[in-house]
Amino acid sequence: MFWSLYANVLVQGVLTGLVYGLMALGLSVIFGVVRVVNFAHGEFAVVAMYAAFVLFRSFGIDPFLSMLPIALAFFVIGYGLQRTLINPFVSRPEHEQFILLVGLAIIMVNGTLMIFGPDARSANLSYSFDSWEIGAIIVDKVRVYAAIAALAVASLLFAFFRFTDTGVAIRACADNLVGAAVVGLDVKKLYALTFGLGLACVGAAGALMVTLTDATPMIAPAFTLLAFTIVIIGGMGSMTGAIVGGLLIGIAEAMASVLIAPSMKTMASFGLLVLVLALRPQGLLGRRA
Amino acid sequence: MTTLLDVRAVTKRFRGLTAVDGVSLSVEEGEIFAVIGPNGAGKTTLFNMIAGAMAPDAGSVTFAGERADGVPPHELCRRGLARTFQIVRPFPELTVLENATIGAMMRAPDMDAARAKAGEVLRQLDLWDRREARAKSLTLPDRKRLECARALATQPRLLLLDEVMAGLRPTEVDRIVAILREINRSGVTILLIEHVMRATMALAGRIHVLHHGATIAEGTPEEVTRHPKVLESYLGAEAL
Amino acid sequence: MNPFASLARLADEAPRRALVLLGVLVAVLLSAPVLLDRYLLSVFFLIFWFATVGQAWNIMMGFCGQLSLGHALYVGLGGYIGALLWVKFGISPAIAIVPAMLVAMAFGAVIGWLGFRFGIEGVYFALLTIAFAEVARIGFDNWSFVGGAAGFFIPVSATASPVNLRGGPMLFYYVGLAMMILAFFVCAALRRSKLGHAWLAVREDAEAARALGIDVFRAKMAAVVLSAAMTAVAGVVYAFYQNNLFPSQTFDIARSIEMILAPIIGGLGTLFGPILGAFILTPLGQTLIALVEKIAGRAIPGVNLVFYGAALMVIIWYAPNGVWPWLKKKLGIPEGRE
Repeated sequence: MFWSLYANVLVQGVLTGLVYGLMALGLSVIFGVVRVVNFAHGEFAVVAMYAAFVLFRSFGIDPFLSMLPIALAFFVIGYGLQRTLINPFVSRPEHEQFILLVGLAIIMVNGTLMIFGPDARSANLSYSFDSWEIGAIIVDKVRVYAAIAALAVASLLFAFFRFTDTGVAIRACADNLVGAAVVGLDVKKLYALTFGLGLACVGAAGALMVTLTDATPMIAPAFTLLAFTIVIIGGMGSMTGAIVGGLLIGIAEAMASVLIAPSMKTMASFGLLVLVLALRPQGLLGRRA
Repeated sequence: MTTLLDVRAVTKRFRGLTAVDGVSLSVEEGEIFAVIGPNGAGKTTLFNMIAGAMAPDAGSVTFAGERADGVPPHELCRRGLARTFQIVRPFPELTVLENATIGAMMRAPDMDAARAKAGEVLRQLDLWDRREARAKSLTLPDRKRLECARALATQPRLLLLDEVMAGLRPTEVDRIVAILREINRSGVTILLIEHVMRATMALAGRIHVLHHGATIAEGTPEEVTRHPKVLESYLGAEAL
Repeated sequence: MNPFASLARLADEAPRRALVLLGVLVAVLLSAPVLLDRYLLSVFFLIFWFATVGQAWNIMMGFCGQLSLGHALYVGLGGYIGALLWVKFGISPAIAIVPAMLVAMAFGAVIGWLGFRFGIEGVYFALLTIAFAEVARIGFDNWSFVGGAAGFFIPVSATASPVNLRGGPMLFYYVGLAMMILAFFVCAALRRSKLGHAWLAVREDAEAARALGIDVFRAKMAAVVLSAAMTAVAGVVYAFYQNNLFPSQTFDIARSIEMILAPIIGGLGTLFGPILGAFILTPLGQTLIALVEKIAGRAIPGVNLVFYGAALMVIIWYAPNGVWPWLKKKLGIPEGRE
């Protein structure tokens, strides 16, 4: 039936979109607070995918489980990176920040290439191909699990920013840096925490991604672009915007690839991007600068 | 004398707050005209509307007989209206000479002519010795004069100066007053927006006083300083 | 402006020491092929090529301050147009550079218009440029007339024909050298022109530039369009050097990034920066590839790129202005001059 095709595609788009949203959330949080665009974002996602892949293949740890230690490790890495590498660049011109992170991205993607080679690796979970049928709608189990996990991590992050003192302090930094420094907040430490949290999001999202798609080093720039596109569509620095943008892109990609052609996936999201840039440059939920 | 700049009942609101409320003024060709007022009087907003950086919500600006409100700044500059910025904006990585040359480019037939014009203006503003220095290495008084030099290099009919004297020491103020007189004598009309009273009184032929976005007085320096409203709202608060 | 007069002036203003050095360098490069084998000739071609496209990209970023991360688009457009016209219609690449430039300029104009009309700046603009390169990649991937994802090939002809860019590494060595020198002089003339000064003003402070009568939108558009045209010419030559075009490589973001390394490392906004950067990076990268192949017994893809990435980070950390400004001091060339 015709409508059932649409419904299936829509559901799939929403579920994938939530994982995209989690990945983009990391980028948005980092940008919103530290004001640095993490151009190595997709590369971190790919490294997380390989980490989850190795943990699964070598130790049999399910990605839905390994996502927690990976997120934790990424948090530590992010904290350290901000403290050492990124912080000296916070007040430097935008293009210099960009070049630093592009350098990092190039090293990461080609390092992965040197270690794992160019071939696509897939996790092949025992339940990879299981699905539920609800009426005419068929949903993959992994996609549902991944979406739920993504939503859970995102909710944790939202709760952290709303209810903890540290979270509120970080938001204060984002709103008014000088004011935050004046009232005695340790801005450097809060920045490092934020970068850590941002990378934890990508880490978790990467681990989830390995259950949905194959890992290959070459997909990294595409992920960076994807996260960037989502964040611009949702509004740079807006957390809800990242999730909404993720959903929109998820749906648009699913629709385009099923209804037009698989190769049209990226076209659809760029179409959306150009539209948003032209009509509402601050993004759907962004504040005008 | 003919009217060079005519501002008619311009109004600008920001989120319900009226920054400039129905202000009218006209500047005659060849004079030095000043707009003064305490902080928050709406001087800079008025300035930005005249300079094309902002369009008024109501009213009109006419420059040299042509409607000028809503016209982009680069077009106004072509028509002969040059401005400086309150917070100076030299091109930091370029040399002083390059800064001035870029200003002179618009009316010069080629780069050599532009460079010659720039040199002339830099001498006029005591910056010739610093011509090879990068703009970012200049002191604040030098930067303020560079800002004037660059605007002057566009060979304007009207020079809009946004608080060029703010933050300068008295000796530096005197120096720039002398330079501005010289510029005016060479035929350039000047509209100053100022906070520094002493210099403005010495320099301007006519003064327009703003308070809370509205006109409270206009006249010669003597008339303005005797005006009761001015004494009360502006001079009183600042001088006493 | 008379181009010869401006060239003569250029020579006049440069210090003697630098001029002599430059003369010697050009003479060495002109006679070098006598001593070079085929492999080294192609390494030099790559140096010249990267110096040329670096120069073109530098117009946008170095002069006008607009970050483009999609310059592979113009290389690809130039390459495909040159190859198509030659293979399908027998039109010489010497002629094909004209339509190649025009098409690239049109694409540049669209990107520029979209970006600058709506005030999209900095990283947002960069993303827009990547997006267009990606769209082109997907488009060419699915366009069967140009071979799609399977690629498009230029047949190797038995007889050399320099006008049609058919020949060995020696031919490409000289074509590359000529291209690099031409790009240098075009950029030098632009840098000295009114337009060049308008670009610098826009780069430094667009608002202040506007107040000085500069039409910022037009200046930015001119930068994209000219940069695109120059890059497209280099794209035509590259396609004939490679003899093949694959959308996944031609329009890849990795290619775009590789193209911007030389000017960044050499010195953004300088005339010698892109050339110097290419002379530093390309040989080092090629040596590394060869070295790893010798040690590991096989080629390991990505080695040179890891090195490039590290080089980028080191340069931006210690010398964000690049190598040329530092070297300039050593050569005794005053600041504010090339």
